[in-house]
This record gives sequence, C-alpha cells and structure tokens, in this order.
Amino acid sequence: MEWNFLATIGRVFINFMTSVGHLTKFTGQSLRHCIIPPFYFRLFLRQLMNIGYYSLPVVGMTALFTGMVLALQIYVGSSRFNAESAVATIVVIGLTRELAPVLSGLMIAGRVGAAIAAEIGTMRVTEQIDALVTLSTNPFKYLVAPRLLAGLITLPFLVLTADIIGVSGGYLVATETLGMNPGNYLKSTFEFLEVRDVVSGLIKAGVFGFIVSLMGCYHGFNSTGGAQGVGRATTNAVVSSFVLILISDYFLTVLLID
Amino acid sequence: MGSTPKIELRNVCKSFGSKVILKDLNLTVNEGESVVVIGSSGTGKSVMLKCILGLLQPDSGEIFIDGQSVIDQPSHIREKILLKTGMLFQYAALFDSLTVWENVGFGLMQAHGMGRHEAKKIAIEKLGLVGLGPELADKNPAELSIGMQKRVGLARAIAADPEIIFFDEPTTGLDPIMGDVIDSLIRDCTQRLGASTLTISHDMESAQKIADRIALLYKGNVVWSGPAKTIETCGNPYVEQFVRGDVDGPIKLDILKP
Repeated sequence: MEWNFLATIGRVFINFMTSVGHLTKFTGQSLRHCIIPPFYFRLFLRQLMNIGYYSLPVVGMTALFTGMVLALQIYVGSSRFNAESAVATIVVIGLTRELAPVLSGLMIAGRVGAAIAAEIGTMRVTEQIDALVTLSTNPFKYLVAPRLLAGLITLPFLVLTADIIGVSGGYLVATETLGMNPGNYLKSTFEFLEVRDVVSGLIKAGVFGFIVSLMGCYHGFNSTGGAQGVGRATTNAVVSSFVLILISDYFLTVLLID
Repeated sequence: MGSTPKIELRNVCKSFGSKVILKDLNLTVNEGESVVVIGSSGTGKSVMLKCILGLLQPDSGEIFIDGQSVIDQPSHIREKILLKTGMLFQYAALFDSLTVWENVGFGLMQAHGMGRHEAKKIAIEKLGLVGLGPELADKNPAELSIGMQKRVGLARAIAADPEIIFFDEPTTGLDPIMGDVIDSLIRDCTQRLGASTLTISHDMESAQKIADRIALLYKGNVVWSGPAKTIETCGNPYVEQFVRGDVDGPIKLDILKP
C-alpha cells in the first residue's frame, strides 16, 4: 500500500517533469522560428486582428465594470475612515498595475487560448499539420510564430485600452452615483499615478499574451485522439493559461514592485 | 530506369513502447515506377509512410529520397527534399481556412515562392486535370463532397509537378465509381508527370489498377513483392490469403474469435 502510494507520487512527478521538458523544448523551437525567416506577415496581421481587434469588446466590458465595481467597493471601505479622496488613486493604481492586465489576460485565455488550441488541435487530428510538412512548410513558422508574436504584441495594447476604459468606469460611478467632484476625481487620478504603474501592467500584459498563445499552440499541437482530444487540448490550454498567468503575476509583481 | 532509386528504405525499424511496428523493413521504388504497399490495418503501412516523409523518426535504419538520406536532417534540408514530393492524404487533409485554389496553390506560394496570381492560374489548371471546374476555385473545402475533396487533394499533390508522389489509402471512404475515378486520375496524372509513386492501400482492386509492383506488408516487413499482374498467381500463402480475404492462413489478425 505504502509502495503503491510512493509509486504514484513518483509517476506523477515523472509525468510532470516530462511535460515541463516537452513544453520547454516546444517554447525553444517556437522562439527560434519567431526570429528566423521566412516570416508570414499576412498570417501575423490576421492573428493581430483575431487576438487584438476582436477581443476589444470583451476586454472593454471587463475593464468598464471592474472599474465601476472597484470605485464602489473602495468608496465603501475608505468612507469608514474618511478617506474617500483616495478612491480615484486606488482605482487607477489597482487597475493599471494589477486588475487590467490580469483580468484581460484571463479573458483572452478564455477567448483566444481556447480558439487557438481548438484550431491547431483540429488541424493536428485531421492531418493538416502533416500536410503542411509535406508541402515543405514548417508548422512552427506557419502556425505557432505568428500567434506567439501577435499575443505578445497585442495584449499590452488591449491592456492600455482596458486601463483607460476601467478608469473611465470608475470616474462615471464616482461622479454620477457617489456624487464626487469630477475635477477633484480626475486630479486625484493623475496626481499619484506614475509611469511605472502603467509600464509594469503593460509588461505583465506582454508576458500574459505570450503565455496564452503558447499554451493554445502547445496543447493544440500535441492533441491526439480525435474530437475528444481536441476538447481536452482546449480545456488544458485554458486551465494552464489561467494557472500560469496567476503564478507569473506574483513573480512579475515581485520583480516590478520597485 | 535510373540507377539511384527514387525511394529506398534499408532495415528500417520503428516501435512504439514495446509494440514493434516496422522490423528491418526494406523497400525500393525506382524512377517512374508505381509501387503499392498493401496489408491489413495495423501492419505499419502508415507508419512507414510517415517515416519516409519525416513525420516520424525511425528507431534505426536508413531512408533515402533520390539518394539523399532523410533521417536526422535539419528541417530546412528536409523541406528541400520534400520539394520533390507530393502527398495525397487519406481524408485529403485540406486546409479548411483556405479556399480550394489556395489549397492547391499552397506549396507553390509558400515553398516555391510563387505569386498569388500565377499560383491561382496553375491551381485552376491542375483542378482541371482532376476534373474540377474553375467555379470551385473560390469555394471552401467544407462545401465539397469527400470525392471532390480527394480530387482537390490530388490536384494539390501534383501542383508543383513533383518527381515523387505518395498516396495514403486513396480510395478509402469512396463509393466504387468514385474510387475508380480517383484510380484513373492517379494513373493519368502520374503517367503525365512521369513521377514515381508509393501508395499504401488495402484495396486490392485499386492496387492492381495503379501499381506496376505490389508489396505485401505483414508485421512490419515485406513478405512478398512482385509485379502487379502476378499477384493472383504468385503462390505466396500470405498474398493468397490477403487476396481471397480469408480469416485462416499465415496472416494472424489481433482479434478475438467468437
């Protein structure tokens, strides 16, 4: 019984390390093909549209309501010790440093990561990736590199948009519902906001965008077993993106805090 | 006939875990020759084809295309070797994100660097060779029947006038008439190009129509190889059992008898 338990732990550990090894190899190959020509510029532009432009509504809605809720909640808390004037500052710093990049990353993981895994996974199980190889086209260059670069580049722009929309949401609630003075609110918003608050959020966004695209491509690329395998790949892509975003968020915060 | 075989496999072995798929497999396809490898499901036909195309790495042995080893070659060298080849997949493996003509002209544009306008012209010409009109060029593959998809796949395989063409179960899933149409197209197209072909199939009728030489694969090895016209009279017990479709004989299938 004890032996079985140890064997199970060993098996789980070996499987985990094998997956880490595969993922590291996949990441290395993908990065290599991101910098070595030929580049598929048309596909890159298409991914920019898919990941960036078409995600604007979902990211915008998330940011708007997060900003609105944040203003309300902070007002409730800060009014207990007469610090209502801090609402604007906390909303803008909370959004730019943390909430906009993390929530946008999670939303993009659900929308884009799942779509990438499903598309590439279907291509894998229907031999379309094999067909690419036989047509002398490297699937890493054709499928993975454009998505990775597009994820890396578009998410900071989405997060910048989310910052603006989120702060606007907070402003709307603060001035229209909570009766705060619009001029004072805007003054407080920009008085204590520093460039590094915004930049640290954008750096996080770039990393999260890369993680989402990488997980989508990795799980899609390695999917097996027909429709069920594609479904599993999609779930794994989303779940692993969520987990990696939350873990990397902590380490990035530690790195960027000063 | 040229002295260097177009395809040559020497003592190729491939296993998945403890399951041996290919065991010291030797096979040669000479210039202009059409070889069909037949065998029951699970005898290693698809694995053999994937090893030749570099989609799988053999455990040992050597594989040559036009005298050039394809094993352990960097991807850019393998891509160059594959420029000489075309491949028709079992279920066509058309790219569903591209139109019919873009599928046919894919290799011309991506691997041969041809412009879209010229590639479209050639794609429509090749579609004509497989009996499909130009009105289908801008359709999506999903709008076509499986027979039409196979013909588009054939047009894609011959688009760049390859020296070697691979066919993976070309008549599987087709009705007998459409199967005959595909066989005739394969015969016509490859004769017109003067290409060497390697087909894997378990369809005896199809094999006899398109083959100059037939090889029977059993347990990962060629147990008989000879001219297509002699297959009915060769006296080989494996071939006789396969041709007759008998359960009893030297070919043992991994099925439980009721």
